[in-house]
Amino acid sequence: MTAAEAGEIQTVVAARRLRAARSVFIGVGRPSTAAILARMVLNPELVLVYESGTIGAKPFRVPLSIGDGELAETADAIVSVPEMFNYWIGPGRIDVAFLGAAQVDRFCNLNSTVIGAYDSPSTRLPGAGGAPEIAASCREVVVVAPHSRRTLVERLDFVTTVGHGDGPGARERLGFRGQGPSAVITDLGVLEPDPQTLELTLTQLHPGVTQDEARERTGWALAVASPLRSTEPPTDAELGALRELVSR
Amino acid sequence: MADVSSLEEAVAELVRDGDAVAMEGFTHLIPFAAGHELLRQGRRDLELIRMTPDVLYDQLVGMGAARRLVFSYGGNPGVGSLHRFRDAIEHGWPRAVEIEEHSHAGMANRYVAGASGLPCALMRGYVGTDLMARTRVEPVVCPFTGERLVAVPALRPDVAIVHAQEADRHGNVQLWGIPGVQKEAVLAAERSLVTVERIVDELTPRPGGVVLPGWVIDAVAEAPGGSRPSYSLGITERDNAFYREWDAISRDRHSFSAWMDEHVLAGAAL
Repeated sequence: MTAAEAGEIQTVVAARRLRAARSVFIGVGRPSTAAILARMVLNPELVLVYESGTIGAKPFRVPLSIGDGELAETADAIVSVPEMFNYWIGPGRIDVAFLGAAQVDRFCNLNSTVIGAYDSPSTRLPGAGGAPEIAASCREVVVVAPHSRRTLVERLDFVTTVGHGDGPGARERLGFRGQGPSAVITDLGVLEPDPQTLELTLTQLHPGVTQDEARERTGWALAVASPLRSTEPPTDAELGALRELVSR
Repeated sequence: MADVSSLEEAVAELVRDGDAVAMEGFTHLIPFAAGHELLRQGRRDLELIRMTPDVLYDQLVGMGAARRLVFSYGGNPGVGSLHRFRDAIEHGWPRAVEIEEHSHAGMANRYVAGASGLPCALMRGYVGTDLMARTRVEPVVCPFTGERLVAVPALRPDVAIVHAQEADRHGNVQLWGIPGVQKEAVLAAERSLVTVERIVDELTPRPGGVVLPGWVIDAVAEAPGGSRPSYSLGITERDNAFYREWDAISRDRHSFSAWMDEHVLAGAAL
């Protein structure tokens, strides 16, 4: 088997976060691939929940949209959008939420609304979607994002979704039920909130990546945890399953 | 009882220039045929309401039919940007569009309030975000527990348009698969139009089926394939290849306009 590419390692590491989860809430793209992979090789009982209202979907292929027919055909239950948010997400019934964003700051707050000023944006992004309430209420949030200065920024152009706000105590003050972001998984490594300050700190590096590279591609002065872990390379089983999944 | 009529007649009868129009369908059952009919009839100055604007609203916005957009996620799911939506907001082409944006939870609850005949809905959400200052949401305190919540205003569209798999000859409608917010949109709206894949003698109950009685709908129109390139579970499949192709078609103003002229205004099939 040829060596794993950075994107494949990112997907496998994201899948591993779901080893012990009962349920995961997922959007499209890499998070969806990771969650399906987790069901294939690490956690066959994992319940996949998509925003479209499909609970317990068992897709054979990676869906293009969050509402592809295969998700509806294989789901344990299909619910309306109000029910999804009011009965399932709001009360904190989902263990892990996988989210993406255009910008992530050091406290893992997310921007998916605009680049530039709100009234005259240089880039209009899609907007909030389900993210603000998902991040407030799911027990744990994992962000999957590219490791670049464009994404990991000192200051968000717009706070679409609160992660850890301005640091310790912020989520409690806002009345959020979930614990908030536990990790940002990038193509270089893993950032996790420091237990005291909640600032995102480099805790793990993927094979062949250096600390300097990670620091250079982060928009704030990235702290590095000690000891710094190395990502265990994808096993043949993980990588084989991932490649088979994306080729379907 | 709903009038069972042609799509042309139903749109002419129910949708007026300047209306607030909600076309719903969460990835599934998106009423493309009806949206295209609106364009063919030249409806203008619409307030377009929809949780996920996606390709249909990209087309309506790009054709200049909207003066205002109310939404929660404006992307081509799994593909990327909606280029016409972006061009309208970023550059005012072909006209400036006013926006009001929410979260999905906010939009869903706004429809629930509208369907319930309530002025607003209570929920947890928005707090701590920059959206709070940019949209219509207000903090409230629970009178029983003192908990801090937010209220979002009811959505009351002039017209709701949705697509479903089946209706009977009395205009009773059944849809199944991902139900989105279609029931809420129809019940929240002043007037409603449902397009269906087929009209049958009798509706057979389906697992998870949502039934909209004919007496809460104004018009039902048969529009086979009317959700393409979205889909109607059990009848048509989502045309994922088209959603990818839309990225290139819509990126450029001229190729977009040419495509719309050929495929929508001239009425040719997709």
